Amino acid sequence: MSDRAVRPLELAEAQPACPACLRRGFLVGLLSARIAGVLDSRERNPGGLLALSDDDFVRAVAGPDRDDAERFLETFDAAEARHGLEYQGVEAVCQHSRRYPARLLQLVDAPRVLFLAGQVADRLPGLARGPAVALVGTRHPSPYGLEMARSLGRGLARAGVVVVSGLALGIDAAAHVGCLDGGGSAVAVLGGGPDVPYPRTNRALHSQIARAGLLVSEMPPGSRPYRWSFPARNRIMAGLAEATVVVEAAEASGSLITSDFATDLGRVVAAVPGEATSTRARGSNSLLRAGAAVVNGVEDIVEELFGVGNHPEVREPGTNDEPVDPVSRVVLAAVEAGTGVDGACRSAGLPANEVRAILSRLEESGNVRRDALGAYTRAAP
Amino acid sequence: MLASVATFALNGVDSREVTVEVDVRRGLPAFSLVGLPDASVREARERVRAALLNSGLEFPLQRITANLAPAWVRKAGPSFDLAIAVGLLAAGGQVPPESLSDTALCGELSLGGALRPVRGTLAAAMGARTAGYRRTIVPEANAAEAALVEGLEVLAVPTLTRLVDLLHGRWSPDPPPRVAWPPPEVQGGPDMADVRGQTDAKRALEIAAAGGHNLLMVGPPGAGKTMVARRLPGILPPPSFQEALEITRVHSVAGVGSGGLVSERPFRAPHHTVSAQGLVGGGSRPRPGEVTLAHRGVLFLDELAEFSRMALEALRQPMEDGHVEIVRGQSAVTFPARVMLVAACNPCPCAQPARDCSCGETDRRRYQRRLSGPLLDRMDMVCQVAPPPAAALVGAGPEHVERSSAIRARVMAARAVQLGRLEGTGVNCNADMDGRLSRLHAVVDSGSASRLVGSVESGALSGRGHDRVLRLARTIADLDGRAAVSRPDVDEALGYRIVTPSRAAA
Repeated sequence: MSDRAVRPLELAEAQPACPACLRRGFLVGLLSARIAGVLDSRERNPGGLLALSDDDFVRAVAGPDRDDAERFLETFDAAEARHGLEYQGVEAVCQHSRRYPARLLQLVDAPRVLFLAGQVADRLPGLARGPAVALVGTRHPSPYGLEMARSLGRGLARAGVVVVSGLALGIDAAAHVGCLDGGGSAVAVLGGGPDVPYPRTNRALHSQIARAGLLVSEMPPGSRPYRWSFPARNRIMAGLAEATVVVEAAEASGSLITSDFATDLGRVVAAVPGEATSTRARGSNSLLRAGAAVVNGVEDIVEELFGVGNHPEVREPGTNDEPVDPVSRVVLAAVEAGTGVDGACRSAGLPANEVRAILSRLEESGNVRRDALGAYTRAAP
Repeated sequence: MLASVATFALNGVDSREVTVEVDVRRGLPAFSLVGLPDASVREARERVRAALLNSGLEFPLQRITANLAPAWVRKAGPSFDLAIAVGLLAAGGQVPPESLSDTALCGELSLGGALRPVRGTLAAAMGARTAGYRRTIVPEANAAEAALVEGLEVLAVPTLTRLVDLLHGRWSPDPPPRVAWPPPEVQGGPDMADVRGQTDAKRALEIAAAGGHNLLMVGPPGAGKTMVARRLPGILPPPSFQEALEITRVHSVAGVGSGGLVSERPFRAPHHTVSAQGLVGGGSRPRPGEVTLAHRGVLFLDELAEFSRMALEALRQPMEDGHVEIVRGQSAVTFPARVMLVAACNPCPCAQPARDCSCGETDRRRYQRRLSGPLLDRMDMVCQVAPPPAAALVGAGPEHVERSSAIRARVMAARAVQLGRLEGTGVNCNADMDGRLSRLHAVVDSGSASRLVGSVESGALSGRGHDRVLRLARTIADLDGRAAVSRPDVDEALGYRIVTPSRAAA
């Protein structure tokens, strides 16, 4: 990294966050527990709080910590803070930097400073200026939802679109995994500091994204997330992305908060149709009824973003194509019907060993997927 | 007068020679028993007294001391009764002492003087032969078992009266019948032909049996996992005489056998509430656990996820080494434990068929993590078992369904090929091959090799998993009678591979 030639423009852009913005960023971190105390548990959305000026913000939330907060504002040492960030491998980019994602500024309460970790130099320009899509959904997905999230993540990555999600369990994680799988730019927006993997279950994914993608947060490093951090995080996701795609969401899902923000910002809102009988998809299905775009595959998202026919190269040729030979098709149909290897033996009229071998080849070509306990499912095209 | 008589005490599945010395001399009438007897051995005094008197023999009203040597080994169980009684008879001059030379005895006495069967006769008889005894006297019910030992005269005695006649040379028992080996084919056990549908599970079992691979079956309740697993012993090759002896010895020590030679491989299916001691053996006087009772046979763990972590962890050593070592304050014993492990579990916590499943991904992940760890690491294959469709259950079914005997013939042929190939390596089936042997004997073509490399690179296959796929592919080719491993073998083997849930995340 260090021996890379530095162009003048980059030099200008790499200027550090200005002291006032940096101070505000750390102030939010300092008072995050107090914000949790001020917000009514029903009204979890921090709403206007984060848009207040420093003094008003302190007055509104600090409570007993007010003296501490005011002392912090007076004694904040930007140089020392920058030094600390450098030590932690976190970069701060403030609203006044040209590197700050312009789309985010549309939010009335846009974060004054973003704390970034991971491949900042490589990935931030793409997020700030390139096409970006937020993939969100339930933490308790169906196998179908997971498969769609993974497949959309991978497809968007191959189409050169940045995939933004929230590192939550379920759909979020699958979207990240799919994006990394497709060699794309995975952006995780976190409720806590960018260096704090939450939920802990996804810490391996967190470090994968740190190696290949970008970790974004408005909270300084080391901060733990609070309940209010998640709707606040969702507004950033909606703000960063040109389109928000809800893969699977129940009726009162946090993903719908993200899509509400996206609607307010006038961005594209789309949803993947789910089973009509499934409670897990009730929220996303009602979005569709309310007029969200229907997403059956990556092509639909790409069309929404770039217009019909403007961005043809979505699929990598050669992989995951429909198999041509009739026996493979029969086996594939049996997998789709959920009748397992036995069902495939019956409908193809073949012994189990041949069906196993065929399934194994279909797995290799990406037409079926096999879970840890050996169950086969049809992979999304 | 002093007399000494030889008998054998059990130690694990082996026996240890014990000399019973009986001293009878003038003094206040008393009967003391020394040499670390436990409560059940001490009670022998009452049984011996009553048995002698009820048999019309004399119980000396003198000072009697019986010593069980070596005196530092703890003795347990009623098998010393007979030796104490005979020692008493010899010391009192009621039987000629020289008639006891070269003779080992064991047996329990009833109050009426009849000889009752004891546990571990085969181990005792083997010990007697090794120690150089020429003949052994055992209860009638144990005679068939003792007679399995070559070069040892077995005298089956029904009562104490008969025994006195025998030692005086006035009577001799019929020699116990010799066992027929190989045993006649027994028909009528559970047969694969009774299983409707389940072609996939049957195929998986056949491969597992042919290569000695451990198998995990996953499916909703009622899909037929247990039913298929119970038919596994019927397709395994019958035990060799040596193996049958090992099985019989273990069963005799545990007191579960019928008394004769066990010519079928055992199938043990402990309930999932079994403790670690129950599974691998233990107790203050170590007793064999389920894994030992399944020695040379099948250990079937139904509802694998419900077993306690401790119990499953305890299976590690036996799965790795083929035996269990149990160390207690007093002694250390080794139990044999070479088993084929077959396990079954539900696909998810709600245990419903895939269509009705209501489990979230997190629930599934948590459930699968319960399975993971040491045991999943020892599993070679996983297969899904679904309930057969209604059409397969109703009616007479297709006329041609293979019987277990036909499958067994293929399995035996495959095993014979493996034995020939692995001769001199100390390994006798594909599942036991190490990484080096697997790579030596399962050479794959370039297409298969590149697929394997791809799987390892993408993280779908670990290094250990790679060797496992090779071994499995080797077995599949052996079943088919081919010398070379071909591409379809590797493809099929990959279809059975097991992925530890941590690697299969997201």
